[in-house]
Amino acid sequence: MEFKKAIGLEVHIELSTSRKLFCNCNTRFGARPNSQSCNICLGRPGAMPILSRKAVDYAILAGLALNLHISDYMSFDRKAYYYPDLPKAYQITQYYQPIGVDGYIDIETNKGPKRVRIKRLHLEEDAGKLIHQPEKQITKVDYNRAGIPLIEVVTEPDLNTAEECQTFLEQLRLIALYLGISDCKMEEGSLRCDVNISLNSKDSKLHGTRVEIKNLNSFKAIQKAIEYEFERQREILVKGSTIVAETRRWNDKLKKTESMKKRDRGDDYRYMPDPELPTIRIGDKRIKHISLKMPELPATIYKRFRQNYCLSEKDARLLLSIPDLARLFEACLLEYNKPQVLCNWLTGDLLRLIKESNTDIKSIKLSPMMIKDLLIMIDNGLISTTIARKVFIDMFYSGHKPQLIVERKKLAQVTDQKTLEAVTDLVLKQNKSSVSDYKAGKKKVLSYLMGQAMEKTEGKANPVILKEILTSRLDQSKS
Amino acid sequence: MELYKLTVHEVRDLIDSKAISSSDLLKSILGRINEVENKLNSFITIDTDSALDQAKKLDETRPQGKQGLDLVGIPYGVKDNISTKDMPTSCASKMLRNYRTNYDATVVKKLRDKGAILVGKLNLDSFAIGSSGETSYFTNTKNPWRLNKVPGGSSGGSAAAVAADLIMFSLGTDTGGSIRQPAAFCGIVGMKPTYGLVSRYGLFPLASSLDQIGPLTKDVRDCAIVLNAITGHDQKDSSSIDKYSYPDYRSFLFKDIKGLRIGIPQELLKDASLDVKNHIKKAAKHYVELGAKVEETSFKLSKYSVPVYFLISSAEAASNLARFYDINYKSEDHSPLSFDEIYIKSRTEGFASSVKRRIMIGNLALEANNYEDYYLQATKIRAMIRKELEKLLKDFDLLLSPTTPSVAFNFSSMEKDLLNTYKWDASTVPANLAGLPAISIPCGFSNDGLPIGMQLMGRPYGEGTLLMAAHAFEQSTDYHKKRLHALEV
Repeated sequence: MEFKKAIGLEVHIELSTSRKLFCNCNTRFGARPNSQSCNICLGRPGAMPILSRKAVDYAILAGLALNLHISDYMSFDRKAYYYPDLPKAYQITQYYQPIGVDGYIDIETNKGPKRVRIKRLHLEEDAGKLIHQPEKQITKVDYNRAGIPLIEVVTEPDLNTAEECQTFLEQLRLIALYLGISDCKMEEGSLRCDVNISLNSKDSKLHGTRVEIKNLNSFKAIQKAIEYEFERQREILVKGSTIVAETRRWNDKLKKTESMKKRDRGDDYRYMPDPELPTIRIGDKRIKHISLKMPELPATIYKRFRQNYCLSEKDARLLLSIPDLARLFEACLLEYNKPQVLCNWLTGDLLRLIKESNTDIKSIKLSPMMIKDLLIMIDNGLISTTIARKVFIDMFYSGHKPQLIVERKKLAQVTDQKTLEAVTDLVLKQNKSSVSDYKAGKKKVLSYLMGQAMEKTEGKANPVILKEILTSRLDQSKS
Repeated sequence: MELYKLTVHEVRDLIDSKAISSSDLLKSILGRINEVENKLNSFITIDTDSALDQAKKLDETRPQGKQGLDLVGIPYGVKDNISTKDMPTSCASKMLRNYRTNYDATVVKKLRDKGAILVGKLNLDSFAIGSSGETSYFTNTKNPWRLNKVPGGSSGGSAAAVAADLIMFSLGTDTGGSIRQPAAFCGIVGMKPTYGLVSRYGLFPLASSLDQIGPLTKDVRDCAIVLNAITGHDQKDSSSIDKYSYPDYRSFLFKDIKGLRIGIPQELLKDASLDVKNHIKKAAKHYVELGAKVEETSFKLSKYSVPVYFLISSAEAASNLARFYDINYKSEDHSPLSFDEIYIKSRTEGFASSVKRRIMIGNLALEANNYEDYYLQATKIRAMIRKELEKLLKDFDLLLSPTTPSVAFNFSSMEKDLLNTYKWDASTVPANLAGLPAISIPCGFSNDGLPIGMQLMGRPYGEGTLLMAAHAFEQSTDYHKKRLHALEV
């Protein structure tokens, strides 16, 4: 029997507001444990939650970008469960009246475009973090994360393969990045994803049971877990057994899913409206005001990169993956209208330097004008590409204009006929055997001789002129 | 002169005219506490030294008693479910018996800023669940009128201490009558203000949509003075009323009540004892003599208010009390225990049985299978009750009823009759369900000499009208002047 996967995702995205959802605590990642907590996010009795307007605005912006219907009224509910990372023993979330419902994202699949429906988007607070110290047999709790705003995006089970899930998540991640509402770092937990998967037979006669998989900390883990779970469920169904409705945990070491808790009675979170937070009316005015701040979304930018600039899929995606890089690219295009050349420099040399120097694009010293000047020097034959690379590195670290660097370091190309002829003669004299080889028909030595001549000019010789001289000299001596 | 016997506004004049100092007053109060507190058990914590220090400082600086300085040097107490940074806040529970917070509730901060002197924290039913004071982890507070009677609850300590002149006034909390019922039982004035008028920041929540902090005082004028001091918008409480110009509540006291329309819902009289009924009728007549128009009326949804209250308050209490487990509230060494074990152990041992009962009923009402039939249904009826009361309060300026159907009862009599207790709360819970202000003032004595309280309930933000009507009644009667009681023997 053949089976088809029906996959729905529950994606948690941590909002990058500087304050928590219901208090003024800082949200910086990696701070000293429990240095960013207060009576409110610790759930101390008598302290009351005060809703962050900014977090609501961010969530509405996300809702609009995901084509959701934004609710007229939103309210907060308490989701009750006991775990030491949850100091109030309930999580403040939106159950009955979320920010928005019924949206979608269009993704590209190998079978063409596909619309993935989004069931709902709601705002909620994050929990703290448990730090297990098995060697001491203790567990410590860090509440710095408790109360950080999250949005949860819940899709319909419209995804059918691990690749589609990956594409969807990347697309969602990009949207959040371009909206500027999250840094979406999976490794820091600011993007987290639970997977709901069930199998149906291809003839639709057999329907499996939904199983939830948690603890997926990377794209890779998601893919592996889906593959593993597909096999596991398929085997059960083929045997004629039934799949248990449950939550399973991905064990990244053993590369398998493990049962967490049975869901036969359904999780009963005893949801109730939070009596400490009033219902909020989201007026049209507020939605309009927020939608005015809507930036261009990655899908639109991607289309332009492909169609207007004729970039390859790979190049377009690479540029797009870092919003600041894409912005720099288009800023440079205003100065220098050769998209592919610019793209090669930015995705190649620039990204390498960014990585090397452990910085980000926002803080670099390069301006579009400087990049343009450098590229024009190449185009005008003033410097070679090899030299330009050196100048680029210099520019990147010093922030100096390329003209200045070229001038100071005397890097301009040698185009003077006489100088190059002299260099050529010297090289031919020193490499008599190569000259004989050339005469014997081994044309390959030409590039060796070119290299020798280049070396003598410290790479500054204009290669076109040099080659011309070299070949004419060799051909002359032949006759 | 026995200074402790005076009211806030009476001692104000004495302090301002320098006839007495704040320290004189405080010493008189502390003397009184020393004398009778061991019979009453109204306090959980008393901090004599810090109170004396404060009084001394005030005497040295002597701020003048003009507007806004009404409470300078006035000793008071707060119910022990309101956060104070200098004293523990136990909720009269085993769970929090040693618990301290690091902040003052907004009301405490306001009173501190106004120069009032906090003497101590007052006893209550554990976690403010109860109406007799008997579920306190520490001790039973006694009714100063008769020591074998309960003081009422849950603000039993707050009422008893004021009635016995141990403090000049106190703050209590009222979720379903917890200020008004003990005020009635102890023969003093107690007010539950409009929901949102007084910040709840720092109140350990029982049922957040019903809870309200309010004053317990010796007379109506003091009630207005304390209300002035504790009201105001607070950014720390999302339900706090914004953009409202808070009046000077004293300005209502001497207004004429001629033409005031008072309704008496018959449903709130039917379970009252003969004594109580007679006194309410007498009060109605008295109001007519004062120029008010008094009419019988009907509050048809009355019979639903207690069940609805019980469901909603239990559900919210179950949720609010869920946070109390030993990891965050105690430092006992539980190292060999698992989390589940710590949780079960600390909650089994830390909560009184009355509290556990509420938690279990509340959680039951919130279970997915029951939510619609219980909790949701209750909130729908609550909205209907609110609507009916709003409509009634269009026809009337005030609704008059007994605060409680009978006077203070004997210890241990409530527990035997759990299913019949609903009638005790019938008058008081509607104000909480609808967020309305209500005041209880003395209106006479039963045949065996125990105080009877009557309740006036008004429109949202109608505290001024309540104070006006209550003051007119009080000033033309002398029930509030009659004092004690068992302690004087």
